[in-house]
Amino acid sequence: MADKPTRDGFGEGLLELGRTTPNVVALSGDLEDSARAIWFKKEFPARFFSVGIAEQDMIGTAAGLALMGKIPFACSFSQFVTGKALEQMRLAVCYQRLNVKIAGSHGGLSVGADGATAESLEEFSSLRALPHMTVIVPCDALEARKATIAAAAYPGPVFLRLGRAPAPLITKPEDPFTIGRANVLRGGDDVTLVACGVMVEHALRAADLLSKDGITARVINLHTIKPIDRAILLAAARDTGAIVTAEEHSVVGGLGSAVAEVLVQEHPVPMRFVGVQDRFGTSGDPAELLKAFHLMPEDLVAAAKEVLRLKQSALGSRL
Amino acid sequence: MPARPDLATLRKLAVDIRQDILRAIAKAGSGHPGGSLSMVELLIGLYWYALRHDPQNPTWPERDLFLLSKGHGCPALYTVLAFRGYFPKEELMTLRRYPTRLQGHPERNSPPGVEIAAGSLGQGLSMANGIALADRLDARRRRIYCLMGDGEIQEGQVWEAAMTAHHHKLDAVCAIVDANQLQQNGPVKDIQDIEPLPEKWRAFGWQAIEINGHDLAQVLDAYDQAAAVKGKPQVIIARTVKGKGVSFMELNPAWHGVAPKPEELARALQELEAARA
Repeated sequence: MADKPTRDGFGEGLLELGRTTPNVVALSGDLEDSARAIWFKKEFPARFFSVGIAEQDMIGTAAGLALMGKIPFACSFSQFVTGKALEQMRLAVCYQRLNVKIAGSHGGLSVGADGATAESLEEFSSLRALPHMTVIVPCDALEARKATIAAAAYPGPVFLRLGRAPAPLITKPEDPFTIGRANVLRGGDDVTLVACGVMVEHALRAADLLSKDGITARVINLHTIKPIDRAILLAAARDTGAIVTAEEHSVVGGLGSAVAEVLVQEHPVPMRFVGVQDRFGTSGDPAELLKAFHLMPEDLVAAAKEVLRLKQSALGSRL
Repeated sequence: MPARPDLATLRKLAVDIRQDILRAIAKAGSGHPGGSLSMVELLIGLYWYALRHDPQNPTWPERDLFLLSKGHGCPALYTVLAFRGYFPKEELMTLRRYPTRLQGHPERNSPPGVEIAAGSLGQGLSMANGIALADRLDARRRRIYCLMGDGEIQEGQVWEAAMTAHHHKLDAVCAIVDANQLQQNGPVKDIQDIEPLPEKWRAFGWQAIEINGHDLAQVLDAYDQAAAVKGKPQVIIARTVKGKGVSFMELNPAWHGVAPKPEELARALQELEAARA
């Protein structure tokens, strides 16, 4: 199948929700085309609310709609909604435990040429620190569609991080998707690669490369960063004893940190974080940027070999 | 239009409420007396006249809604809710002390009758708009009031929300600005001048009604007048006095966020009592 951005999966899911779930409404601040909420807007104009280029008001308005039992999806660029409206998400959405869904499109480096100001690389960190918030990063358009539909049925605040750039479809329509339950995409006993978003596909490619060296890598699609699937991570740490995390996001406070918070307390193993190294983005083609920021399968392979070395030297010292 | 309550009775009630606000803040040892005292008549006008509500059924789906956006004024809201029977008056003395339902800034549904959380300023009006949009979809007719401070409307989100209410012609929304002239560090006009208020709101497409916010007759009239407006949101600009009713607190920025000491409380209660006659 042709490559497709996760924002398209979101747009399809939202449209389906429009048809099946009358309480679903949507808001956007002049980015409904980019975030693909425009398909919903066209079919359900009365249930779509334009709030102007005003993310703080958008989240507050969504909270008001949720207070009355609606299931609002507030859509924008990930950077703008999670950056500008963080306080509104904290007080109006999370503290009030409201059923607001936030769709952040153009996440990570996928906005590419637009450059650093629109490239969101810190939102996993800020959002997962909010009590009651759920943070989901679909790996492909099919998963994004399922995640959108699941989010509507899941009580409480949910953030969906979506990409602009077309990405390969790596899941199948029949694959299960449950919020908070990660999926093992490939078995392996030597090392585990834990990834979300576009990095899942890179992790699968890294596992292929590692297999050529006789290394079997388990690949976990950690689509839900919060609530995190502790069981699947602990099993991976016990079974493989070495973990590499991969995210199109800063290594400060993101998926890698979330995984480490679980493992370091319950089953510490050697770890490496593949991610953006505490810096801002820059203009360029998204594929080119993934290379420049060392987010490629080869970078996961190098990290995997490092943790394997650490694991083996630790085993050696115990002998 | 509901029957008008007796204004003399309401004025006495205002004294009782001001006294209990100060007792609760004094007992808590912290809180915001100035901005609580300035909004008393505005709340009385709502809870004893304009609002369709049922203290025995705080989540009655058909109720009108009052959203307190200036969260630091919550001692006034808690006291009014207690006087209206939403929860026992004795609970007012638990204000701000663990484990209380009466948070220093309000939490939703805590106690019953508190519609929204507030305390990070500027957020209430957006929520009021969202409620009005949901009501429009559901063909539910009710009024949504949102009380803000004059300092609070320096927050940009308020003006984003003002544009949204205008754009969507949300005539169910009635904003109230408690223009008590002061904010934490001094007069509003010195910190950041927000005047001319009525002209500003009118320029944003709102019906603006300017009143003396301590004159109960004007307050009740303003709520009636606002409710009659069709096709656009309304704002009541209530000219008030921060610390109203206590001479040493009135228009004194020092009383923004400080609790009275026992001797100050005694003087304040006495002054309020003297004004009852």
